[in-house]
Amino acid sequence: MKVKVLSRNPDDYVRETKLDIQRVPRNYDPTLHPFELSREYTRALNATKLERVFAKPFLASLDGHRDGVNCMAKHTKSLSTFLSGSCDGEVAIMWNLTKHECVRTLQAHEGFVRGMVVRYCGTSFFTVGDDKTIKQWKMEAPGYGEEEEPLNTILGKTVFTGLDHHWQEGVFATCGQQVDIWDEQRSSPIRSFTWGVESFSSIRFNPVETEILASCASDRSIVLYDMRESAPLKKVIMTMRSNTLCWNPMEAYYFTCSNEDYNLYTYDMRYLDQPVTVHMDHVSAVLDVDYSPTGREFVSASFDKTIRIFPKDVGHSREVYHTKRMQHVICVKWSSDNKYVLSGSDEMNIRLWKAYAAEKLGVLAPRERQAINYNQKLKEKFQHHPQIRRISHHRHLPKSIYHQTKELRIMKEARRRKERNVRKHSRPGTVPVVSEKEKHVVTVVK
Amino acid sequence: MDKVSKKSIKNCSSQTPESAELNPDEVYIDEAEVEELNAADENIICEEEDACKDERKRQRLLEAISALGGKRKRKLGERSEAAVQMSEFTVSGEGEKVNLSDLIGTIDKNAAIPAKTKKQLKTLQQSNKTVECPLSKQESERIQRDVAYQKAASEVSQWKGVIKQNQRAEQLVFPLNQEPSGPKPFERVLTSWKAQTPLEQEIFSLLSINKQPIHDPILTPTEEASLRAMSLEEAKVRHAELQKARALQSYYEAKARRERKIKSKKYHKVQNKHKRKEFLKQFDEMVKTNPAAALEELNKIELARMQERMSLKHQNSGKWAKSQVIMAKYDEGARKSMQQQLEVNKDLTQKLVTSLNNEEDSEIEEVSAEVTPAFVKDAEEGLDSSNPWMRGKLSAEPREKQTSDSVDLTAEGFGGNASEDEEDKHNVAETEEEALLREFDNRRKHRQIQEADTELILCLDDDDNEDKEKTKNAAEDLDTSDKEEELSQFTSLMQGLTDAHWDIEAEFAKTAADTSSQLEQSFIKIGTLEDRELLSQEDSAAEKVPVKPQLSTSTENPLPASPVTEKKRKRKRGIELKHVLTKETNIIHVPLAPTFRDSEDLDESLDQRQLIKEAFAGDDVVSDFLKDKRKQEDTSKPKLLDLTLPGWGEWGGTDLKPSRNKQRRFRIKAALPPPRKDQNLPSVIILEKRNSSVTLHQVNTLPFPFENHAQFESTIRCPMGRTWNTEQTVKKITKPKVVTQLGTIIEPMNRERLGKKLVSPGSQDSVKLS
Repeated sequence: MKVKVLSRNPDDYVRETKLDIQRVPRNYDPTLHPFELSREYTRALNATKLERVFAKPFLASLDGHRDGVNCMAKHTKSLSTFLSGSCDGEVAIMWNLTKHECVRTLQAHEGFVRGMVVRYCGTSFFTVGDDKTIKQWKMEAPGYGEEEEPLNTILGKTVFTGLDHHWQEGVFATCGQQVDIWDEQRSSPIRSFTWGVESFSSIRFNPVETEILASCASDRSIVLYDMRESAPLKKVIMTMRSNTLCWNPMEAYYFTCSNEDYNLYTYDMRYLDQPVTVHMDHVSAVLDVDYSPTGREFVSASFDKTIRIFPKDVGHSREVYHTKRMQHVICVKWSSDNKYVLSGSDEMNIRLWKAYAAEKLGVLAPRERQAINYNQKLKEKFQHHPQIRRISHHRHLPKSIYHQTKELRIMKEARRRKERNVRKHSRPGTVPVVSEKEKHVVTVVK
Repeated sequence: MDKVSKKSIKNCSSQTPESAELNPDEVYIDEAEVEELNAADENIICEEEDACKDERKRQRLLEAISALGGKRKRKLGERSEAAVQMSEFTVSGEGEKVNLSDLIGTIDKNAAIPAKTKKQLKTLQQSNKTVECPLSKQESERIQRDVAYQKAASEVSQWKGVIKQNQRAEQLVFPLNQEPSGPKPFERVLTSWKAQTPLEQEIFSLLSINKQPIHDPILTPTEEASLRAMSLEEAKVRHAELQKARALQSYYEAKARRERKIKSKKYHKVQNKHKRKEFLKQFDEMVKTNPAAALEELNKIELARMQERMSLKHQNSGKWAKSQVIMAKYDEGARKSMQQQLEVNKDLTQKLVTSLNNEEDSEIEEVSAEVTPAFVKDAEEGLDSSNPWMRGKLSAEPREKQTSDSVDLTAEGFGGNASEDEEDKHNVAETEEEALLREFDNRRKHRQIQEADTELILCLDDDDNEDKEKTKNAAEDLDTSDKEEELSQFTSLMQGLTDAHWDIEAEFAKTAADTSSQLEQSFIKIGTLEDRELLSQEDSAAEKVPVKPQLSTSTENPLPASPVTEKKRKRKRGIELKHVLTKETNIIHVPLAPTFRDSEDLDESLDQRQLIKEAFAGDDVVSDFLKDKRKQEDTSKPKLLDLTLPGWGEWGGTDLKPSRNKQRRFRIKAALPPPRKDQNLPSVIILEKRNSSVTLHQVNTLPFPFENHAQFESTIRCPMGRTWNTEQTVKKITKPKVVTQLGTIIEPMNRERLGKKLVSPGSQDSVKLS
């Protein structure tokens, strides 16, 4: 006779050692786990709420400058080193970001420090100032008893307003009344570009196609250059002046410029006749822009005392950072490990922010990481649901900015209405619909 | 600052404007610097002047010397010391200018210059055309810019692929050019390490001579090259292919071994036959598709034939054959085996003629006997043979007619009690039986033929006319001699059939008894004819003509053909509709409705109404609507909530209802809902299902990237959590889009990546870049 008894093999449920993972038998029968949609929705909602709870982006304020911070530079080889030049121009300061302290100051220029860039090898850096000089400095502090002296000084004829270094060679470019390409070994520019009478505000080397440059000029234009050619490549004139621009470090032909008309424009350098994306949200002139090293997002600094983070192909910002004491933000940088954002503002402080406001810094346990990944996906999945959307999009803004945003919206709506009315009351075809992208480009000059 | 440069500066300052214009490309010097240097001390100048004097003297001397030679030699500006005037091309600004004509003048004398260029120069001198005026500076610059821009844009566009791929990648791991983690070889860590001891040096020299890897002790350069040549995926695919091929091979080998072990002769015979058939089929196809290969096959066959003709194999001349000859008198088996051997010989030595060899279609008849290759002959010596001669049985139209008649007769014979359908069925079945019969018969016939006159068969392939006559005779002989046998066989078979199937069999048996010989013949003929048609349909017409008279001699009672056999034949070839459909189709007769109306004088509106009425005839819309509304109202009414539990507080069991008291107590009536909004609107249904508290959480517009609701809903519907998915799936689903490493600098995109991408544009979902 066969007797049926309950019998279990201990191998199925007993761990060999206590360090083994507990075996958890699971039954994935969907009938046993009902309401998956609503349960996940709730989880997503909670995750979104928690994200807002944990969104504390402000990390530190680095004070030490005695005037507004006019320019900053990332170290190319060290994450913890950071350079800044101030507006009164007397000092360029090197920071240790991990300790939040100033490591070294030096008297660089008389007047504004206009531009600052670290050489690609990280051993020295260049500064330009209002005193018409380009100075190259050693990254290391001078030894005891030695005087702080630049490695090299070049006297220019005019004021330099911007500076950038080639990503792979000993060549750098300055801009002022003209764009000059300098060899580090020479005291005179190896090439200079002019195209009409203008003054330039910013120049940037393309980090991918390293021979290509772009500059912003005061005649509201953005000019492209090739270092190897004797003439500039092309020029696009916009309705208002661009202040700075930044190339996407991962995508060779995209760059973004920050404009005086409160917007940022991402261009494809092959098709300059209209921007790829118009990024709007600022309520005052945008002064600086910097791409994240992953090329997915960029951060912009504005005169409206905020910095905003935009995904590169989205028209509106995903994040806005502001503090009560932060004044007009003049310069901004995204750290090269994609974790932090640094902003230098008028009121002499450099602020350190997290690039992802709710991100937990430091090492994550595997389970923690899994949970974070899952929550992230949930948020993405349910992002279009109104409640979740409302919570995730909500940002507290300073009153002035809030009202100004509203006002701008009203103005825009009024303009649109007017245009619509004009179109309505004129012969069909005479008032064409102009898209937002087309609106801001005046011409492309070959 | 040394002397020389100062001098040069001085010269520079004292230069004429012309000379300055001549060398505008010279090294640029800051004005400030120049001023500074001008203000430098003057006491060195006198020294310099002395030096200048010496120089001048020397020059004069040199000129005098050169003048002695008669011709004035051109001064060679030599770069001996750093000077401002000296251009990079060792052409000093001073001295006489060289004209183009001077240069050209020497050409005539120089033999090294080809005549062509001389001619060109001459024509150039002669032509008086004015050179086109150059473009204005603005225009030329613009063109320059445009060209440069195009170039840059195309250069940048190379990145398109990489960028697209990165954008589509499910996961990007930054930094892109990560070094592989794990322990590094110490040679890489200790870069300054060197082989010092003699032993080490020897080892390394050996290694380097043999091109063995020193630093990364895994791969030699050749191995690396081969690795580079073949990507991992390709290698995998190739490996899989090889594996499959190997498996197949082993499988076939095993199969072959198994088959070889089988002892049954019959099995092998059948197998060989099958193989030959297959080969024949292939060969036929090959003749059509790939004549070259077919020709090759043909050549092979030809070679086999040659060998066979040369050898004494299968000639009944061996020891065994001799013994068999002795045995043949008494043993039928021995006879048979001998004949078989001869048959084999015949087949192998038979000449082969195919459409490849002769294209003349007019002589198909002659050819038809030889269309199939010889070795196939024995495979299909039965019914499948396309060679009517070989079968020793001739078949053609008059006979067929006869057979058809006979069949018809039989059909008539039992047609009285069988319906049309039944007859059809019967015919079909009959054909099947026929096939069997035919096969048997043919085989038997063939054997008999072999027995009767082998020489006849052997000489078959010689000549047509002779053939015909001979076969005629043979056929006659056979017909007469074999009748009894056939009859007996047929009747027995028929008996079997009748036992199995029909109720008409008794009658049929009777008819079969008297018409047996006739029928039998007819069957055979049908069979042969059909076969022939099947195998050589196109030449049947040509064949019929010569065969006719001979057949007529063999047939006893020529009778007119009937349509039944025709049908039969058709049925054999393809599927007949009637055959397939057992039931007769019912033809539905539809009374023709008037497609248009004649009366156009009717009012149009009336017409319209009529139309609508017609269209919605039987639809009572109003009542339907009312029903719907009532239903809606009913569903929206609150239901009675029954909380009575049987057995609590009283007896429970089947057929026991809870007491009324309990019912009253535990049946809860819900409160009446607010009045319906469409209460007073008779022609409106307002759905009140919509729950405002839920709508707050629902998406009311289709979000951007989605194209339809189904798409969006499907993405929402599938759960992602570990409650519903396995661990692996969860991991895969929740993979973050961008992964960065803590504390590492992410370098911008590098040109190397472009090269890598261009080499292997893999379609990996996760672009793990190392």
